[in-house]
Amino acid sequence: MTTPTREVLHDRLGDAARAWLDAALAEAGAAPGGATDDDTPTAPSSPPAWEQHFASAGRQCGQEHADAARVLLLREARADAPTLTRLYRQGTAAERRAVLLALPHLEPAPADGVPLVEDALRTNDTRLVAAAVGPYAAEHLDPHTWRHALLKCLFTGVPVDAAARLGQRAHGDAELARMLGDYAAERTAAGRPVPADLHRVLALTSRTEES
Amino acid sequence: MRIFDPHIHMTSRTTDDYEAMYAAGVRALVEPSFWLGQPRTSPESFFDYFDSLLGWEPFRAAQYGIAHHCTVALNPKEANDPRCLPVLDALPRFLVKDNVVAVGEIGYDSMTPAEDTALAAQLQLAADHGLPALVHTPHRDKLTGMRRTIDVVRESALDPELVLLDHLNETTVKEAADSGCWLGFSIYPDTKMDEDRMVAVLKAHGTEKMLVNSAADWGKSDPLKTRRTADAMLAAGFTDDDVDQVLWRNPVAFYGRSGRLQLDAAAPGDLHEGNSILRGGE
Ligand SMILES: [Zn+2]
Repeated sequence: MTTPTREVLHDRLGDAARAWLDAALAEAGAAPGGATDDDTPTAPSSPPAWEQHFASAGRQCGQEHADAARVLLLREARADAPTLTRLYRQGTAAERRAVLLALPHLEPAPADGVPLVEDALRTNDTRLVAAAVGPYAAEHLDPHTWRHALLKCLFTGVPVDAAARLGQRAHGDAELARMLGDYAAERTAAGRPVPADLHRVLALTSRTEES
Repeated sequence: MRIFDPHIHMTSRTTDDYEAMYAAGVRALVEPSFWLGQPRTSPESFFDYFDSLLGWEPFRAAQYGIAHHCTVALNPKEANDPRCLPVLDALPRFLVKDNVVAVGEIGYDSMTPAEDTALAAQLQLAADHGLPALVHTPHRDKLTGMRRTIDVVRESALDPELVLLDHLNETTVKEAADSGCWLGFSIYPDTKMDEDRMVAVLKAHGTEKMLVNSAADWGKSDPLKTRRTADAMLAAGFTDDDVDQVLWRNPVAFYGRSGRLQLDAAAPGDLHEGNSILRGGE
């Protein structure tokens, strides 16, 4: 899942939204690191201005452009790990999704970023699950967690194309192949169809080169 | 028929309700934060609840083609518990969220000094954030409670045009209308209002600034009461346009004052078998 660049988003927005975005990005850029003095999740003081823009991006740019606008804000602010964690924990589902989508761009240390991915993978919100299995997860999730993430996609109907570097990670993964086989057997025994994506991933786990 | 339920607590309802509501014509709703039946003992319980109104619940609603917005506040009942008061300090970070279209529900429960303070503080928060306020009128001692509520609204920085007085009935509608606030009626199976009394109120007072909700929650309530009221209106001779005004345009106009209603977002979710909602918990 890739989010559009500033130039691409510019072309898609109306005049008012474009002006709002430029001003918001300027404020974000003026706050390098994005960190504030206070990282506690329940801090009573109101957040810095660009974080308020991060929250209001949906109503300013429209829901369909909110992911892109929020990811740009995070990148422009060069949001550090404490900021990403706070914004995720205090975020709506839409804001959490944006933090997940920004992870591969901002590359926080796995000790900071992976817990956010794992949190998203524990939800049943397919928008969060899809955003969680991107390039950052492909790079940093341990094999067990990654396999369960992929199985969760199949369970919840998230297209496995959402999973970054799928072929690379699945290749030669005998344990994943076993899990997929067991899941297919469970579906068949219950008289239910096996998701088409399952067969695709199963083929990818083969050690021999697939076509 | 398109229906906007301006007050319903979906957290307490099942996916069957979402399905039935969509079939009845409900395309949008507002879920006010409220008392959950069991008293909470720490602000963190509220924060998890608000997060669910901004995360899981809109996702659930979207699966059934219903646009979900919410209001957040410290409700009057729990405003009396000092352990919950820090919620007031944390509200600003929730009030900036895209899906929050009002402060609410606020108002009086037992009319205590603590409730006075919480009501005034939260009306100010609404004014500060450019948001409307959903103010319920108390169940006990309703007329006196409503008068006191209107006094506090008048003393606040918030324009009555941005206030929805809810749970009104025959005895309170006249004075509520004179206050300049919007007028909400909760149609309940046994208590509050029923659909035929509602029709009589609409005949007597007109359809302007009138909102009808189911206020469905964990009590004996019915999420389809909005539709039942619409049907009763038609049976009593109101036009389709009257019904659309009360059940759609009025709530859209009121919550639209937040600038945050996103009604195009409601598109029927894919209800295939692999869907996480239909499957329930894993
Ligand atoms: Zn209520």
